[in-house]
Amino acid sequence: MKRRDFLGGAAGALALPRAALAQVDPLDPLVRALAGGAPVRKGKVTLVLPQLADNGNSVPIRIAVDSPMTSADHVKSIHLYSERNPVPNMANFYLGPRAGKAEINSRVRLAGSQRLTAVAKLSDGSFWYDAAPIVVTLSACLDES
Amino acid sequence: MIEIRILIQHPMETGYRHDDVGHLIKRNVINALSCRYDGVEVFRADLSSGISANPYVQFYTVAEASGDLEFTWIDDEGERGSERQAIVVKG
Repeated sequence: MKRRDFLGGAAGALALPRAALAQVDPLDPLVRALAGGAPVRKGKVTLVLPQLADNGNSVPIRIAVDSPMTSADHVKSIHLYSERNPVPNMANFYLGPRAGKAEINSRVRLAGSQRLTAVAKLSDGSFWYDAAPIVVTLSACLDES
Repeated sequence: MIEIRILIQHPMETGYRHDDVGHLIKRNVINALSCRYDGVEVFRADLSSGISANPYVQFYTVAEASGDLEFTWIDDEGERGSERQAIVVKG
């Protein structure tokens, strides 16, 4: 086996679990209910999380949506979903053209390593999303302090 | 355009924790937060137990004219809080 083939094969094997993970989406029914049958496309939304959080009690999160935020074209709302938290719909933020910029920063609680999904509803009725994985070493909800 | 940061002192009790004698502590989170600019709502949020204790939210708004920014929030026990901040637009 050539070195190149071996590396290609190894990379492919590594990429596989990720692809398999993407196909099983427990949030699907929630996101579909939100969109009411409209397609939810990937794009426009940027969800930023740290790759690893030592403690799930307070994890910084940034959600930004690429939008001019004019009265004709703006973000109406941003919805945040968790894969493993007891309350999957973590927060909903309602914006409008008065926001000027569609960006929210906050801190969230996470019950374990998981993937978060942010869905934005635009004024034209379209839905866009982004998802980001995060590893949480110490889960919130287990900490009794 | 101005950046607004709001930090509220609140335990955001999840309802999944137990006290020292093993009783479940009742859920009490700030479930709604809104920001009005001169009486017009510019931002609103539904929060849950998935938001950290002492919730921090940062967002943006356009300062079109001088006016008051008024923040209000309410928790599960019906306790309301509010804060007011004057914005002065010059020129």
